[in-house]
Amino acid sequence: MHADPKGVLTGVHFLDGDHACCEGTLAAGARFAAGYPITPSTEVVERFALRIPTVGGVFIQMEDELAASIAIQGAVWGGAKAFTVTSGPGFSLMMEHIGYAAITETPCVFVNVQRGGPSTGLPTLPAQADMMQARWGSHGDYGIIALCPNSPQECFDLTITGFNLAEEFRVPVMMMLDECVGHMTEKVIIPAADQIEVTPRRYTHKPPAEYHPFEPDGTQVPEMVKAGDGYRFHVTGLTHDERGYPSMNVATQDRLVRRLLDKLKPFSNGRAICDTAGLEDAEVAVVSYGITSRVAQRAIELARKRGVRAGKFRLISAWPFPERHIADLAGRVKAFVVPELNLGQMVHEVERAAAGRARVVPVSHAGGTVHDPEVILKAILEAAK
Amino acid sequence: MAAIQISNALNGMKLATIETEDFMEGSVAKGFVAINVERCKGCSFCVEFCPTHVLALSSAFNSKGYHPPHVVASDKCSGCDLCGMYCPDFAIYGARYAR
Amino acid sequence: MSEQLLEIQCEIPEDSFNPVEPFLRTDRIPHIWCAGCGIGTTVNCFTRALLASGANLDKVAIVSGIGCTGRVAGYMRMDSFHTTHGRAIPFATGLKLANPELQVVVYSGDGDLFAIGGNHFIHAARRNMDIKVICVNNLTYAMTGGQTAPTTPSHVISATAPYGVFEPAFNLVQLADACGASYVARWTTFHVKQLARSMEEVLKKKGFGFIEIVSPCPTLYQRRNKMGDGLDTMKYYKQASKIRHGAPTGECSLTKAGEIVVGKFVDRERPDYYELLQAQMHESLGDRYAEPEVGCSEC
Repeated sequence: MHADPKGVLTGVHFLDGDHACCEGTLAAGARFAAGYPITPSTEVVERFALRIPTVGGVFIQMEDELAASIAIQGAVWGGAKAFTVTSGPGFSLMMEHIGYAAITETPCVFVNVQRGGPSTGLPTLPAQADMMQARWGSHGDYGIIALCPNSPQECFDLTITGFNLAEEFRVPVMMMLDECVGHMTEKVIIPAADQIEVTPRRYTHKPPAEYHPFEPDGTQVPEMVKAGDGYRFHVTGLTHDERGYPSMNVATQDRLVRRLLDKLKPFSNGRAICDTAGLEDAEVAVVSYGITSRVAQRAIELARKRGVRAGKFRLISAWPFPERHIADLAGRVKAFVVPELNLGQMVHEVERAAAGRARVVPVSHAGGTVHDPEVILKAILEAAK
Repeated sequence: MAAIQISNALNGMKLATIETEDFMEGSVAKGFVAINVERCKGCSFCVEFCPTHVLALSSAFNSKGYHPPHVVASDKCSGCDLCGMYCPDFAIYGARYAR
Repeated sequence: MSEQLLEIQCEIPEDSFNPVEPFLRTDRIPHIWCAGCGIGTTVNCFTRALLASGANLDKVAIVSGIGCTGRVAGYMRMDSFHTTHGRAIPFATGLKLANPELQVVVYSGDGDLFAIGGNHFIHAARRNMDIKVICVNNLTYAMTGGQTAPTTPSHVISATAPYGVFEPAFNLVQLADACGASYVARWTTFHVKQLARSMEEVLKKKGFGFIEIVSPCPTLYQRRNKMGDGLDTMKYYKQASKIRHGAPTGECSLTKAGEIVVGKFVDRERPDYYELLQAQMHESLGDRYAEPEVGCSEC
């Protein structure tokens, strides 16, 4: 269905990534946000606080990230599309509730504008060191979807995609921005509302007596419900059966937890969102995401000028990891070069998918600024030898 | 007073059923008590706090080994349902007879 | 089943039923609470209050945290949410703000609401968020085996204070009062009638309402301290409780074996969070303010 025009700021704008992300949430239909101030993410909710009272919804600044990350889930079960925004230290605090969203299959969006870490780290400087945490940060087995925009325009577009995927898969979605993308100002084109596809929440039409909130249909994703409609449903973070009742035994655990992962399989591989170029003849594939992909772009161009056939594989959906794409490529390239603003995170996924069939060369960076393209170029040239 | 068999009723609730018309002469109970014997955990709140001492803990056991209460003075029951409000196991309630 | 017969002489009308029954997920009964635990008693009172307040049960949502009292959400046949430890209140906040037509009741325990959940309690009370918080205070962390809670009185033995608690305990009604709650009352599980009435009052009153219910934990708290069973504890509540409506909450501390001040202490009128939000937005934005839609995202 089309976006609600009330939330769509159609036009050509000059916005930074944080602000564009906020516009993305509004265009996607978010009408509830809860947040807690943390650099470099705060502008997302500051803009939401400014915009939402004239669009029609609620923003509440909660007392901490623990509260924000679960207030949004209460709002979802009350019928709203909801999101929260944070950076590293807040993301760590939100981990328990990301797990809660996963096991209760609550569709919601967590925006992490990554900064240097660990701990307080570099509050105003970029890094990409929460990538593994986005996937594995909460305890137990569960899956999430993570998207990595590399421009303010993508902060707008991909946030809408993130909300849509949350609804489709009834899963928490991580928008993995970084301080550079979040605070860089570029042209952002916001189309007319009827040009924006928004996935509606898949509410059940079954009568209360027949509906079970955790019973999947053919898609492995259960239909949704909201409080106040007479369904008298129960939601718990305990391992539960299809009725939502705690059912703490081995068989239920197996059924539930496997389904939480299996339901994402249609999104991995076949529907993985990636941006590729020059891979047909590539001898070196450069795998990158977020702001690093823009630096890598330069390095790839320079490499081509030097006669090295470098190709681009940009992860837009980082999780579930598009392992089949990488596995296929591993059969055709000499090496993968993986620059990241961390000391090696997604590179391990590349290694795993490549399974030894191609070399994998990390170009790590402890964070605080973006790579120098020459450093990535050097790695590409080395890898091509 | 005739002793009465426990009989199965709906939902496994063991309710009392009257098999004799053996009411005490001259007094008519204002209310009644219904006891779900299997839910009871013998805590004795109902026995203790019934204002007219209608109940006492029986010497019988339910299948979990608890002693449920039983009515020992049905004519004194006003149907106030204090027993029902106290019961933490939802195993007893009282109500007034409709007149 | 024993062969012994029970003397029962009541005639039971065929259409009668336990008033609590329609409120329960009967397919999950028997519940997990121990013999002599008071949580079930509080649920009875709550059901009477729901009936008396005329609440539309489709619009009542129960939000619980983790712990023995946290299991209440799972047994009540309403839209119910068993959330994370300490975070029932912020969940309830989001739920209420997304759909202000809901009557949102947080039903949780002393440890959940005041240790890990303490921060959320004080802010929701400060904001006068229109949610009702029912706190069953059994003075311990019961579910995990009887550890010290912020409410455990001094000199009590607990699982994590085997030589006796020496930390001062919170006075919950004073805390709620100080944070700005609109309604503050305390009862014990002995005071079933008064508790039901308080719950009815709080359901009918807008704003942040708080009811503390002192309750036995015979398996852990009472047993470890050789205080008898649930019945003994109820008799203690009966003997030691003093009803003092309007008493200054600072004078209502609980001790190991002393007086228990019960009653309604605070009942004041303050605009609730949503009223304040609307007022501020109307003032600042005039007719540019767009009212949030109920269940706000039309999907």
